Amino acid sequence: MSYSCNIIITGVGGQGTVLSGRIISLAAEAAGYDVKVSEVHGMSQRGGSVITQVRFGDSVAAPIIAYGKADIVLAFEKLEALRIMPYLTPNGKIIVNNRALLPMPVITGVMKFPDDIEQQILAVHKDAEIFDALALAEEAGNAKALNIVLLGRLSKHFDWPLNYWTDAITAAVKPKFIDLNIKAFALGRESK
Amino acid sequence: MAKKLMTGNEAVARGFWEAGGRVVSAYPGTPSTEITENAAKYQELYAEWAPNEKVALEVAIGASMGGARSLAAMKHVGLNVAADPLFTVAYTGVNGGLIIVSADDPGMHSSQNEQDNRNYARAAKIPALEPADSSEAKEFTKLGLVLSEQFDTPVMLRLTTRIAHSQSFVELEDREESANKTYKKDISKYVMTPAGARPRHVLIESRMEALAEFAATGEINRAEYRSKDIGVICAGAVYQYVREALPDASVYKLGMIYPLSYQSIIDFANQVKKLYVIEELDPFIENILKSWGIECIGKDIFSLCGEIFPETIAGKLAGCPLPEISENPNIPPRPPVMCAGCPHRAVFYMFNKLKLTVTGDIGCYTLAAAPPLAAIDSTVCMGASIGMAHGLEKALGRDSSVHTVAVLGESTFIHSGITSLINTVYNQSAVTTVILDNHITAMTGHQNNPASGYNAKGQAAPALDLAALVKACGVPMVNVVDPFDLAKSERVLKESLAFDGPSVIIYRQPCVLLGRTVTNTKYEVNRQNCIGCKICLKCGCPALGYSEGKAVIDQQQCTGCGLCAGLCPKETIEAVKKEGK
Repeated sequence: MSYSCNIIITGVGGQGTVLSGRIISLAAEAAGYDVKVSEVHGMSQRGGSVITQVRFGDSVAAPIIAYGKADIVLAFEKLEALRIMPYLTPNGKIIVNNRALLPMPVITGVMKFPDDIEQQILAVHKDAEIFDALALAEEAGNAKALNIVLLGRLSKHFDWPLNYWTDAITAAVKPKFIDLNIKAFALGRESK
Repeated sequence: MAKKLMTGNEAVARGFWEAGGRVVSAYPGTPSTEITENAAKYQELYAEWAPNEKVALEVAIGASMGGARSLAAMKHVGLNVAADPLFTVAYTGVNGGLIIVSADDPGMHSSQNEQDNRNYARAAKIPALEPADSSEAKEFTKLGLVLSEQFDTPVMLRLTTRIAHSQSFVELEDREESANKTYKKDISKYVMTPAGARPRHVLIESRMEALAEFAATGEINRAEYRSKDIGVICAGAVYQYVREALPDASVYKLGMIYPLSYQSIIDFANQVKKLYVIEELDPFIENILKSWGIECIGKDIFSLCGEIFPETIAGKLAGCPLPEISENPNIPPRPPVMCAGCPHRAVFYMFNKLKLTVTGDIGCYTLAAAPPLAAIDSTVCMGASIGMAHGLEKALGRDSSVHTVAVLGESTFIHSGITSLINTVYNQSAVTTVILDNHITAMTGHQNNPASGYNAKGQAAPALDLAALVKACGVPMVNVVDPFDLAKSERVLKESLAFDGPSVIIYRQPCVLLGRTVTNTKYEVNRQNCIGCKICLKCGCPALGYSEGKAVIDQQQCTGCGLCAGLCPKETIEAVKKEGK
């Protein structure tokens, strides 16, 4: 059976899922894998739910991940984590930033924000990794580095040399943000 | 050979560059935009944003006539705008190779319809190529230019969102300079009067026959034989899904989706026990096969609507149970919204408050149709807002224009609103047109336009004077207003609505994401004085929230625009200076 790994990155438009997908794909390329990535641009980016899909392995055909076939979900926001859960395989890993961003139907009071998201996730995936990634991003120097903190956490699931990741970050972000992002990555990777 | 992960759009630009391409013209539209953005990065390529797709295609036709390899890129609905030149450049043919990219959007990730532009290739009688990954996107761009010159025809390169916006590996090759072909005056080829066009029509019919023969050569289409129990004909992203879902099935993989070779397809059909055509949207290939009397299964089991997914194919053909996809009703949806600090928000808040009828248009501001702003009555196509408001007045009487506005962005106005504005002057309606001028084509990801002051390569360019333009159209009442000046915005709007003649208000403020609005002010709610009336929440800003009976402002998201503070009846939303930014 040939190796393949399906990762869904989910979040709110503007949180940087596309950049994260780019970094994972560059690291997977360094690891010698075939890679395909599917992104969403345009209207869906404006503060709506967004997903970026990364697939890598010995050989990858489709750029998108079938329902129930994601090995790992990386969620930048916890409501989006809950929404995407059915895409995970039963043994899949889920890594979640524990902060919430309120969607418009909640802001306007039409709907209630579920107050037990973490329990709902843990009920299905008891080894879910739910942590305060925003605090670590702020510790690194910028809340916007949240996506890179989560990548650091994700990196623990692969036995790739560290430089696959740091080289990928260096190639993918603007030069003046490299140090900040390397720090954010390290904080995520060291987090427990 | 070096390889690189690229989106399909990056790969098209790369292929055009490698093939010695010279001229790219386009209007932005998801999912086609990054083709031109990437083309603009190559020094050897001339790349521009045109005011609309018709202009873009005409520029590419002119460049081709002048002997340069040329490309026009657009989203599927953009080709409707460019359809006029399309149907006649099919007659004139080319000099330098000419590619027309149609980026279709099955599933409507970012579009107002999901029309299947393969139909345009057949209707206009031009060949169409459809790549199945980024590598093919590059190769087919190059091959398309060769075919264009060889068969004297424009070539459609049809992409879908999943190809345009998916990344896969592409092998990088060097650019091969193509010498500009000489331009020779030839009115029998380029002047399409009835007398000139009649013999050209005969030529294009024989050209399609020659192209169908090329389709049989195997250079672009291929039969892959595995188990012969099932044979599938497919192209594009669907080919990858078929390989994933039915690894044992035989496949006839089309690279050229129009015209088709009867002989190649009947040969494949005769080899397999059961023949399927799997294609998104229309039964385009299926209907051609059926018109030839070839038995196949297609839209009997696959939907005419939306995308096809690997699991759908596995479910229908391999007997894998289709997963039950159930939406959890307790998870609030997260629709896209206008950004915190968006200058459009105040304008739509006002429309909502004054209960106006609003004919809308295509852009970020279409998002104002959703609650709580809920301030748009119609969205049809680029530029439709003004014509529709004029039509409403003709149907409902002149009084209706007292509570009706047409609203569109400056890029959309330049694209195709200006002609309708001229119509309101010429045919004397009292339509109030609101132009939201944020200096950029924002929804597609910030492309410059004729009003931006910059071109596609980021160089300084003359900025269109919108106020002077609308005055020159003969509009008697024209105002330019800062939308964050709430009192003046409302006063001018009321005056314009009451005015018995066409009027234009330009609400001018740059897009908040441009970063040109530098501020270190943010707003906070004084929780002691907040009475929890929720009036501020009605502006639909994602930075606002409500907890324990009072409004709150997310300091991460607040940009300091101050709109909510201006709405608060108790003046409890206060500006706070933040250090740095």
